[in-house]
Amino acid sequence: MRYSQKGMAEAENKNAAAPKSAQGGFVFLPLIAGWLIPGAGHFLLRKWGRGALLAISIVCMFVLGLSMQGRLYANAHDILEMLGLAGDLGSGLLYIVGRAMGLGADSVQLTVADWGTRFIVVAGLLNIIAAVDAHNIRTGRKL
Amino acid sequence: MFNPSHFAAVLLFATFASTVFGITQRETPKRMFRYGLYCWSLFVGSAIVLSWVMYLIAR
Repeated sequence: MRYSQKGMAEAENKNAAAPKSAQGGFVFLPLIAGWLIPGAGHFLLRKWGRGALLAISIVCMFVLGLSMQGRLYANAHDILEMLGLAGDLGSGLLYIVGRAMGLGADSVQLTVADWGTRFIVVAGLLNIIAAVDAHNIRTGRKL
Repeated sequence: MFNPSHFAAVLLFATFASTVFGITQRETPKRMFRYGLYCWSLFVGSAIVLSWVMYLIAR
């Protein structure tokens, strides 16, 4: 009996916390903003520290990848290129601006350039994780 | 052009990936830090262990 009462209290607290974090407005805004600009989803939710660390990590990884002469995938001729392109697109505006400015190597000729290509792809994948995290905070699924 | 050694690239990769993993996979700052440190150790530790394994296989 005592246990169930405690459980009920916790459930009530959870329900009380959910509407507080789920403020008004478009619920997918932090997800989309976080995808377009690394860390922006957390900034919108006033999670300044987390947003700054995420932004620094993802942007640094993307820039280091480019400076290692990594490749920005542009075509999807085979399955590996398709996966690379999907990863790159996770970076949002970083990828779009990078492509528009013609950044990144056309072909990978050095070992370092291969690592750079991986850095760029992983930066995109990490950005997707960060954007989904912002969405979870927005919906009250995470603190 | 930035031209790091293989180990420096591993350290950079581990640091950035662990930061994102720590922040997104845990809820409190203390647990985020601990989980980030745990991921970082696994990234770097596994790279060192696998390097030695490959070195011994190649000999």
